[in-house]
Amino acid sequence: MSAAPATPVPATPVPAPPGSGGRPAIDVKGLVKRYGERTVVDNVSMQVETGEIAGFLGPNGSGKTTTIRVMCGLLTPDAGEGQVLGHDLRRDARRIKREVGYMTQRFSFYEDLSIAENLAFVAGLYDLRPVKKYVSDTLADLGLTSRQHQLAGSLSGGWKQRLALAACIMHNPRLLLLDEPTAGVDPKARREFWDEIHRLAAGGMTVLVSTHYMDEAERCHRINYISYGKLVARGTVAEVVAGAGLTTYVVEGGVGADLIALDDRLRAAPGVEQVAPFGAVLHVVGRDAAALKASVTRIAAEAGARATPAETSLEDAFIHFMHGAKDNMA
Amino acid sequence: MTRVLSLRRLRAMLVKETIQMRRDRVTFAMMLGIPLLLLILFGFAINTDPKHLPAALVAPTQDRYTRAIVTALEMTGYYHFTYPNVSAAEAERLIADGTVSFVVTIPSDFGRRVARGDHPQILIEADATDPAVASGAVSTLGTVASQALLREAGAEAQAAQAAASQLQVIVHKRYNPEGITQYNIVPGLLGVILQMTMVMMTSMALTRETERGTMENLLAMPVSPLEIMLGKVLPYLAVGAVQMAVILGAAKVLFHVPFVGAMWLLLLGVLLFVLALVLLGYTISTMARNQMQAMQLAFFFFLPSILLSGFMFPFRGMPGWAQWVGEMLPLTHFLRLVRAVMLKGADLATVRPEVGALLAFILVFSLLALSRFRRTLD
Repeated sequence: MSAAPATPVPATPVPAPPGSGGRPAIDVKGLVKRYGERTVVDNVSMQVETGEIAGFLGPNGSGKTTTIRVMCGLLTPDAGEGQVLGHDLRRDARRIKREVGYMTQRFSFYEDLSIAENLAFVAGLYDLRPVKKYVSDTLADLGLTSRQHQLAGSLSGGWKQRLALAACIMHNPRLLLLDEPTAGVDPKARREFWDEIHRLAAGGMTVLVSTHYMDEAERCHRINYISYGKLVARGTVAEVVAGAGLTTYVVEGGVGADLIALDDRLRAAPGVEQVAPFGAVLHVVGRDAAALKASVTRIAAEAGARATPAETSLEDAFIHFMHGAKDNMA
Repeated sequence: MTRVLSLRRLRAMLVKETIQMRRDRVTFAMMLGIPLLLLILFGFAINTDPKHLPAALVAPTQDRYTRAIVTALEMTGYYHFTYPNVSAAEAERLIADGTVSFVVTIPSDFGRRVARGDHPQILIEADATDPAVASGAVSTLGTVASQALLREAGAEAQAAQAAASQLQVIVHKRYNPEGITQYNIVPGLLGVILQMTMVMMTSMALTRETERGTMENLLAMPVSPLEIMLGKVLPYLAVGAVQMAVILGAAKVLFHVPFVGAMWLLLLGVLLFVLALVLLGYTISTMARNQMQAMQLAFFFFLPSILLSGFMFPFRGMPGWAQWVGEMLPLTHFLRLVRAVMLKGADLATVRPEVGALLAFILVFSLLALSRFRRTLD
């Protein structure tokens, strides 16, 4: 975003980068949430340091939204405990709500209210006074002053997202929970959104953001990967990628039908876990470095293609985690 | 593939529609529930010629002629003397607050006049706020009373025959002497219209938030269930006030319904009634999962309200169980209150039971709504 946040950023010294110790903003242990027979969140423990931008990743239906809802008091966990901003998850839900900003996955402000009316409503609920000043400041920061009487429902996806974020940080929360905030938003708006998130974090706000996008994960200080309700990896991007223990090769040379035939052969070969076409090249990934190397060099030589070692990407690591978790379930 | 009607495509549509119909449990229950409800209500509960209506007897000298008349009246099946010996003042109070539908007064000189053949008179006062209630009971009176006297007289046959032929049954149709149906219906419509609109509108209160996805955001913000409830129902008090003004104005101007009671008491009654209704609607909205269900539940409540409250059919004409159900409906109490105040000029003391009942509904509905309200998305 092009402008500074609406609310004054606390004057506390900028916290040291993540991992510097101190009391974590989120500290939950053994969270379990069931819907009937289905365990949606299965024994998830998680720490988010104050001032860090924590990425929350995982495939669809892996329990990200449910975990976030438990953290902001919208759902009561079936088991587990924890503290959010030092408040007990079960007992102090109301205080957590006051100090947390939660941006829902789906736009959940009133489409039949104007932008200004929505902001005034939120300011009223958080008891922000004077409401008018908060609303006009926020509108000015958003650059929406001239369109303040437009109905929220008529805004484009990117603007809705900016409005939602502005409404969520109007009360200057210490912790911001964002549930897939950039779904359906164009790359430029996404970039601006992340710039804003970093600005907020620099001002001392802790941010937990769930996402599917790898480039977004890489903009987080630390990431947490959840799959089928279980937290399977956490750390910085480099740590997570290294932790997956994968080796990657790029195979290039074949085009069209050749590439597909090559893909099939590679998939069947020992030591190969993933094969993914990227344009004219194939990314081949496996855990057993020796077996992978043997297979790739052999098949590439046979097909007249060229195989070179490459860096394992975060996406490769995640695909690996997804397969692993699914195998655990079976 | 270009045919207008392909059986395969039609089949696909039918299968899909049937599945959706089956999945929506409430709609499915309504399809069975509404016919059953209507059958039972119309079949068993409703009686347009009500019998065993409560009556009070004012007879200072309870002699054999009095007893003969009373027995004869009870034999018609219309009268049930729940207060067989009260003073004129007590009787007036009983008919004013609706405890009895009739007051039969047999003057103290009745026996002597019968004996002398000197124009004996009895007075029957009927509560004609609902003309339907009184009509059957009143129409049978004259002959019944005369025959009773004749039978009772026996030995003194001659004098009695003369007396019987001279017997005057004076009927006072109280509160609505001309038996104008509008006098009963129009105040009642105030209640029915309020019930219909208030409950329907507020039953969407929460379901709309849930359906549009704004509920999650609302719950994530620091607002209490009580604040949400009051914020959602109070605006409808204003809507109710506008409706009331329109209906009362029309009652006065178009239908010339008399208004003999105190305005403040009527306003108090409307306020309590509307509060009870919006809270009922809100309670429904805590249960319904979507707006369609909310509509259906509101309608499901509306049907018995209109049939069992005494709006369309005489309350006293219904069997005990139906009256008991009727007592559970806010509309029943509001109808009594509004008719008592508008047509009978009742004061607060007279309508205290109805005011109490409406207050009880307000309390019960708000507690129910608050306990049903889910503070979380669980």
